[in-house]
Amino acid sequence: MSQLSSTDTPIAALPGDALRERAVDQLRAELGDALIDTLVKPGDDVWVRVRADAWHEAGIALRDVVGLDYFCFLSAIDWMPSPFGRGEDDPTQPQAERDMTIRQGYTGGETRFQLFARACSTTLHFGVTIKADVGDDMTMPTWIPCYTGANWHEREAHEMFGINFAGHPDLRNMYLPTGFEGHPMRKDFPLLARMVKPWPGIVDVEPLPGEPADNSDADGGES
Amino acid sequence: MTMLGDRQRLAYIASQAADARLNVELETEGMTLNIGPQHPATHGTLRIICRLDGEQVVWAEPSAGYMHRGYEKLTEVRTFPQVTSLVNRIDWLGSFANEVPFILAAEKLMDIEAPPRAQHIRTILFELSRIANVSLFLGDLGVQLGAITPVFMAFRDREYVLNLIESATGGRFHPNFDRIGGLKDDLPKGWIEETRSVMRKLRTFCDEIDDLLFGNEIFQSRTRGIGVIPKDVALQYGLSGPNLRASGVDYDLRRDQKIAMAWDKVDFKVWTHSDGDSFARCWVRLQETREATLIVEKLLDTLPAGPVMAKVPRIIKVPEGEAWVSTENPLGEMGYYVVSKGDLGPFRVKIRSASFNNISIVPWLLRGVYVPDVITILASLYFILGDIDR
Repeated sequence: MSQLSSTDTPIAALPGDALRERAVDQLRAELGDALIDTLVKPGDDVWVRVRADAWHEAGIALRDVVGLDYFCFLSAIDWMPSPFGRGEDDPTQPQAERDMTIRQGYTGGETRFQLFARACSTTLHFGVTIKADVGDDMTMPTWIPCYTGANWHEREAHEMFGINFAGHPDLRNMYLPTGFEGHPMRKDFPLLARMVKPWPGIVDVEPLPGEPADNSDADGGES
Repeated sequence: MTMLGDRQRLAYIASQAADARLNVELETEGMTLNIGPQHPATHGTLRIICRLDGEQVVWAEPSAGYMHRGYEKLTEVRTFPQVTSLVNRIDWLGSFANEVPFILAAEKLMDIEAPPRAQHIRTILFELSRIANVSLFLGDLGVQLGAITPVFMAFRDREYVLNLIESATGGRFHPNFDRIGGLKDDLPKGWIEETRSVMRKLRTFCDEIDDLLFGNEIFQSRTRGIGVIPKDVALQYGLSGPNLRASGVDYDLRRDQKIAMAWDKVDFKVWTHSDGDSFARCWVRLQETREATLIVEKLLDTLPAGPVMAKVPRIIKVPEGEAWVSTENPLGEMGYYVVSKGDLGPFRVKIRSASFNNISIVPWLLRGVYVPDVITILASLYFILGDIDR
């Protein structure tokens, strides 16, 4: 079996945050003011947010300038809080009032939907999480020219969030039947199993032994 | 695609030419072959639609989604500790390994770390689930090629590993043993000695498979040079795990990232292969199984004493933030992007599963191959349906 190869690389010296800072500088030089916000968490990860019209250029820059050769994933977030809470309402009661302010996560944002993706480097051993706001037309440029593997991820984001990808060759549904109405991962799409009858977890609320009864609210009882 | 195997490229051009000629001269159309949704070669309900020209595939499209369970949506109505029982069922052959990255992401957000002993036991169980998962692959590989014996050996020896997982966690397939801050329990009495003897048995199993299958002339001629994935294509599609390493990329998340697990405490080898064909993918998996048994033994040697659970509040509220943690699971990179709003449950969980990316290369890979090779290529890519559909 002499023709078979194996490598015996020692455990690589892990890069510090210098690599992440460098990636941010490279992206800023490449994209200019299209790079809206960045966040480097020491020893953890780096987040960047770009303008929606620079999404494609950002992908090219990540691949060719920063050198992230490995495509990890692409997906979307709906930042609107769910009008159904955590699906624990009693369906026979009127719906509870909830705080519906949209608060985006790291690197901020202006829209309800955000696209986010991640690419990594197999040689430098770090990755970048990149985000972009999705405007009201719900259309983003496709990432297939940057990373071919984005194809299926964009199909998934299309059917689950209703985001269109300009230039995608084939946005057929992957999971849902053709002609399915609605986008299940949107927060205002109800989880039907929780709508037809009360979640059994809320029935089991009882104080733990040795604790005052007023300390155990509905949330504490089911954890 | 300069690195593409000559045979595959020529076959593709020939099939295109034949298709055009047939359509123009004889006004015939290629035949459509439907594989699945239920087929012994698919490990679940994956359907593949192939358009054929004679014996060659000119177009193929996998149709997933027969097993979509909507775990990303369901996590939004669960508390953080409850999510492990869901994500257990993503890759059901190596289920303990699915829990680990999610728990690590939650721990990262809460800024706590499991005690050293818990990290060690986590890593041991992680590697045991890798052995249980991949040993089934090694047995199943024979069945796809018409050899019946290896699958019986695989089921026999996998049972030892499942018994170990069961005696430590209480569950054969769905341990649900990982907790935020540590583990549910310590190891039972006598488990360490038992594990050592099982690891020896598993190495014998690997040697048997090596002799029986990998040294077999029929096996080699059916897998060598078939389904070649060049390095750049593998990276573009986001292939991970053994599929990526079989294309010559030396990338293993056990070694290449800083993570609160015990892999940095042991010295192990990351196996790669430069060919990128079906044989290379199978070979890398065989070596990894053997390496995993060695990792388990080395970890047992250095198992530290101490508690298995850190101090965590009884009601777990995870502070607001976002975290990404991925680990090198039996099938490849499995990661969770967890968004918390400071609530009892996650706000959004993006599950990045290995098979989803691994199988998205199929339309590219199956072009120009012969029909019998479709089965060996799919077998060598090794996917679990639950891991594609989630």
